[in-house]
Amino acid sequence: MPQYLLSVHGAGSDYDLPAGKFGGYASAEEADAAMAATGVFNQKLVDEGRFVFAGGLRPASTATVVDATGDKPVLTDGPYLETKEWIGGFWIVEAPDLDVALELAAEGSRASRGAVEVRPFAS
Amino acid sequence: MIEDVFQDEWPRLVASLTRRFGDLDLAEEAAGEAVLAAVSGWRERMPPNPGGWLMTTATRKAIDRLRRESQREGKHAEAAVRPPDPEPAHQIEDDQLRLIFTCCHPALAPEARLALTLRLVAGLTVEEIARALFSSEAAIGQRITRAKAKIKAAHIPFTVPERLEERLEDVLAVVYLVFNEGYLPGSGVELRPDLCDAAVRLARLLHALLPDEPEATGLLALLLLTDARRATRVDEGGELVTLDRQARSGWSTALIEEGHALVRACVEANRPGPYQLQAAINAVHTAAPEFRDTDWEALATLYDQLYAVQPTPVVALNRAVVTAELDGPEAALAVVDALALSGYHAFHATRAELLRRLGRSDEARAAYTRAMELARNPAEVRHLTRRRTELAAGP
Repeated sequence: MPQYLLSVHGAGSDYDLPAGKFGGYASAEEADAAMAATGVFNQKLVDEGRFVFAGGLRPASTATVVDATGDKPVLTDGPYLETKEWIGGFWIVEAPDLDVALELAAEGSRASRGAVEVRPFAS
Repeated sequence: MIEDVFQDEWPRLVASLTRRFGDLDLAEEAAGEAVLAAVSGWRERMPPNPGGWLMTTATRKAIDRLRRESQREGKHAEAAVRPPDPEPAHQIEDDQLRLIFTCCHPALAPEARLALTLRLVAGLTVEEIARALFSSEAAIGQRITRAKAKIKAAHIPFTVPERLEERLEDVLAVVYLVFNEGYLPGSGVELRPDLCDAAVRLARLLHALLPDEPEATGLLALLLLTDARRATRVDEGGELVTLDRQARSGWSTALIEEGHALVRACVEANRPGPYQLQAAINAVHTAAPEFRDTDWEALATLYDQLYAVQPTPVVALNRAVVTAELDGPEAALAVVDALALSGYHAFHATRAELLRRLGRSDEARAAYTRAMELARNPAEVRHLTRRRTELAAGP
């Protein structure tokens, strides 16, 4: 069965977590609502046998890039790309084809309140 | 003769092989090899059943390829490798429908859908597509290759979707785009008959495959009723001829009759949609023996219905042309001036015509000039140029 990475962008995906912010959401209430809805969606994936793995990520500022393509690994603080959007969390799901994966992504997007990128795994 | 067979058969081969082997590249290559074999083998004598011959040969070619690949990779030949069963006719049609939906999948970029559909469903060569879309062969080839790679990697399914109506919109939009690109090319030439023909062929196919989808019927009717006027649309000087000046005896009565019958079927189905309403509008135009016989009241009703389902400024602009006939140019101009379409050449051309009728020549001249700057089609530019000249010479 093909596997897809569904990654959440634009919500819960701040670069940093300064005081008074809610993990990229507008308010504590909204963050809570997104968490609750995401929990329901996760359970649905498990029940339907589509769940492989899921996780929310710490802010992009906590990332470290390792580049060992040269002689020695070079470590760089921060995310790989200095873009405006970072992944806030992700699912790995099993789906027979892209149409099913896109349906799941739409549900995940509604639950997490962020845009979701769908990307197939190799193999 | 042989070319006709290939034009029809090649897309069918690709569709059928894609279903059976699950691989677009393999299907395309095997279909191509079968056609090549036919070119050399049929010089002496055509086989009694060219389609069947091609299907059998293409299947064998696909199996050969799979065997070669599996030997190279040291794998066992795949279970899918088996001689073909004779294909029932409806299976071939199902396969074509699946392929259309795959090519027009919303996960593909719109320009990729267009190129892929022209290549795999309409059977145009990469060279023909590049010429039609004013692009390079390399760019079109890359666009198609990338789209096919995504179909394969992301497992875009080879199925007719469950939510057919929603996805059918995407498919119809691609066919409509192909036709418009042929009927009013964005630049370069007056008309691209190859694209018009490809679009009509695709619309016929969709209507044949989905006879109970009135929007598919509507699109075919719309294309036929528009295409029926093709011969009168550009004069010998390469200038666009507007509806009021077209020699109606040059319209194709066969296409008009066919289009009218389809519109009647849509009316009976009673599930109106944008393509059906545009077809009905064209049915009213083509039903009038002369321009002065046009039933403007009927057009006003139809445009209002169209605006209700498709409330765009372009529809409002076309409705205003009807308003001009019913209520006069002043009323129409008031509507047009309120539309946010200042970057659209037809907006300025329509304004120019209305201003001319109101005797406001200076403003009309400026509007023609703006329309000419924005228009890309050479036939349209020539038409606008002459209209502006007439204005200068007029009273």
